[in-house]
Amino acid sequence: MSETSPPARAPRTPTHSTARQADPVLEIRGLTVDYGFGTEAVHAVVDCDLVLRRGQVLGLAGESGSGKSTLSMAAIRLLRSPGVITGGEVLFHPRPVEGESSDPTIDLLRADEAELRRVRWSEISVVFQSALNALNPVITIGAQFDDLLKVHRPHLSSTERWDRGVELLEMVGMTGERLRSYSHELSGGMRQRAMIAMALALEPQVMILDEPTTALDVVTQREILEELMGLRDRLGFAALFITHDLSLLVELADEIVVMYAGRLMERAPAASLFRAPRVPYTYGLLHCFPPMHGERKPMEGIPGSPPDLRALPSGCSFHPRCPWAMERCRKETPVLTRLDASGREAACWLHSGGATVPAELALADPGDRGSSAATRRVAR
Amino acid sequence: MSLTAQEAAVPPVSVAPVLEGRGLTKYFSVKHGRGIFPGTARLFAVDDVTIALAAGTVTALVGESGSGKTTVARMLAKIINPDGGVVLLDGKPVPHGRPRSYARQVQMVFQDPFASLNPIHRISYNLVRPLTIHHLGGPDLNAAIEELLRRVALEPPQQFTRKFPHELSGGQRQRVAIARALSVRPRVLLADEPVSMLDVSIRLGILNLLADLRDRDHLAILYVTHDIASARYLADTIVVMYAGQVVETAPSARLTDHPAHPYTQLLLSAAPDPDRAEPPSLAGSGAPPSLIAPPSGCRFHPRCPHAMAICSTTAPPSVTVGPGHASNCWLHVEESRRVPDNPDVMAAKAGSTSLRPPAAPPPIGTTQMRRTEEDRSME
Repeated sequence: MSETSPPARAPRTPTHSTARQADPVLEIRGLTVDYGFGTEAVHAVVDCDLVLRRGQVLGLAGESGSGKSTLSMAAIRLLRSPGVITGGEVLFHPRPVEGESSDPTIDLLRADEAELRRVRWSEISVVFQSALNALNPVITIGAQFDDLLKVHRPHLSSTERWDRGVELLEMVGMTGERLRSYSHELSGGMRQRAMIAMALALEPQVMILDEPTTALDVVTQREILEELMGLRDRLGFAALFITHDLSLLVELADEIVVMYAGRLMERAPAASLFRAPRVPYTYGLLHCFPPMHGERKPMEGIPGSPPDLRALPSGCSFHPRCPWAMERCRKETPVLTRLDASGREAACWLHSGGATVPAELALADPGDRGSSAATRRVAR
Repeated sequence: MSLTAQEAAVPPVSVAPVLEGRGLTKYFSVKHGRGIFPGTARLFAVDDVTIALAAGTVTALVGESGSGKTTVARMLAKIINPDGGVVLLDGKPVPHGRPRSYARQVQMVFQDPFASLNPIHRISYNLVRPLTIHHLGGPDLNAAIEELLRRVALEPPQQFTRKFPHELSGGQRQRVAIARALSVRPRVLLADEPVSMLDVSIRLGILNLLADLRDRDHLAILYVTHDIASARYLADTIVVMYAGQVVETAPSARLTDHPAHPYTQLLLSAAPDPDRAEPPSLAGSGAPPSLIAPPSGCRFHPRCPHAMAICSTTAPPSVTVGPGHASNCWLHVEESRRVPDNPDVMAAKAGSTSLRPPAAPPPIGTTQMRRTEEDRSME
């Protein structure tokens, strides 16, 4: 694919996920998003920090209404009215170009239209849940690739653009013949593949995957995820994977962030989060997925239901559903703080101020990425 | 949930089923071809499906979208009439149409609680309707409603009766939908994907409620789902459907621990499972076939990693591979008997005799087929 890349680009080297503390490519700091204004405003995302590193798969898990999609859409300024970004910054670090010393970092929240246009899709692309809504129904898939490349790669001739379209579709396991199809002629899985091919067309550094496989059958989901992870290993883009399916995320992601009622509750490497959750909400969420093996035991899930953002409980918004809630949880809102040297973070009063940590939340951490998804994938 | 009792589940035939569908078949006429005068074609949504629901058990019907699982549930509810086969209630054929006496025995819970409750009426009205229609109200309607809401754990009930559906959360709405189904004191509950629209953290609550209704009220429950893990959790028996046909039936833990049909193995290999030590290797590939012109023989054969010559010509019989465990697959028929229309095999299909126990089911992921575009051809 190098022959179609713009000449200014440095050749892409496979940046495997083994690079442990790779440079950040997208940094979200203190992002706050409201729906509506003034006293009527609903705080959908409150003071969220996320760091996506090069080549990393960062999982963002949460239930509907937790603000996970709002967070990602706000970060790339795709948020629609009445959503308002009220604070924070989103720093995008383009790949350093040799010989240039100036810092090319862009704050997406302060960028003007021209800057955004340079970054969107070429550097950060998005795959939405419903490809049927994301693809244009009245023109062929090929025409949509053509439009995209005409704008962003003006030096390509029309044959080159077609060839690039064929190449991209083949990359996601489709035949080039499908360029002549309309989106309604494709099955759900193929539509989502075409969407992923389109998101990869400009070789972005970051891909935001917003529930990309939720609408698909489990076999198709697995095929697409395998392909996506293979492409990730080959092309080295970083991915922010948003889903409500925590059990899927544990298999895929390097690091997982759990969100609840607009706030980040816990951040940890995938294996650590799965084996040794530190926050009651994560613990509860992990126990909402019946296991596929072993004895069948009654499970309880989480009592109550997710809160209404218009009437959030005081203090920690999870406290009415939390079995270990203390007096402090009803009054003060915990913030995400570092727990120990391993770098995992939790927003829970149980882990500060000398509170007794329940045994369920103090399981031994399986250690650094010993068995994380990334290592498993590289070993494959 | 008393799971241990169900672990030793006996073949479903030994318990007299409350509701039974025998040889259910349903086709839909669809437009086929292009132009101003498109022809019509028959789409076989469900083809010869037999399913039995016994009192005090949950039967899960598992399959991908388009496998016909919802159509089966709707035929059992008599919302649509089968084009072939018969629905039996207590062993007696149900008269044509959907008599009110039938609706009193068999109730359905739908997938989307946002759509299944009347949005312009309060919860109390939504619950009173079935009571008045079926003349079950009794002297004190309010007390009856409160009792129903208590049964689905919406407490205190007074807090809910005056509310509108939009004022409740998804989980609460689904509980109201279940309460409405329970209001006529049915013996069979058909739940069509009752939790797939709900938030992850409240799904177990609804599944546990269904388990309670099975254990306490001895209801026969059909749980239609695409999520095999939740089927394993809730159900006593799992029935797996593929392309409009049943491919495997077994007690739930046995089905997930020892799947006998290659399609079940494929489903299980694709399901998310954080406990998996190794990255999963898909036991097969491709997409379900078109139901307008389904593949000859076994409908799974174009995707099956173990496909043999006979699979493409003759539909496999249902073979008993263990207690209460039947798989429609030629792999479980001894090689010498793999003859089309072999009387022995046909006898096994009728379920009267059990063939000798077959060799161990082929392990998952032994053969990896390369995906091709043809395999994944359009729906």
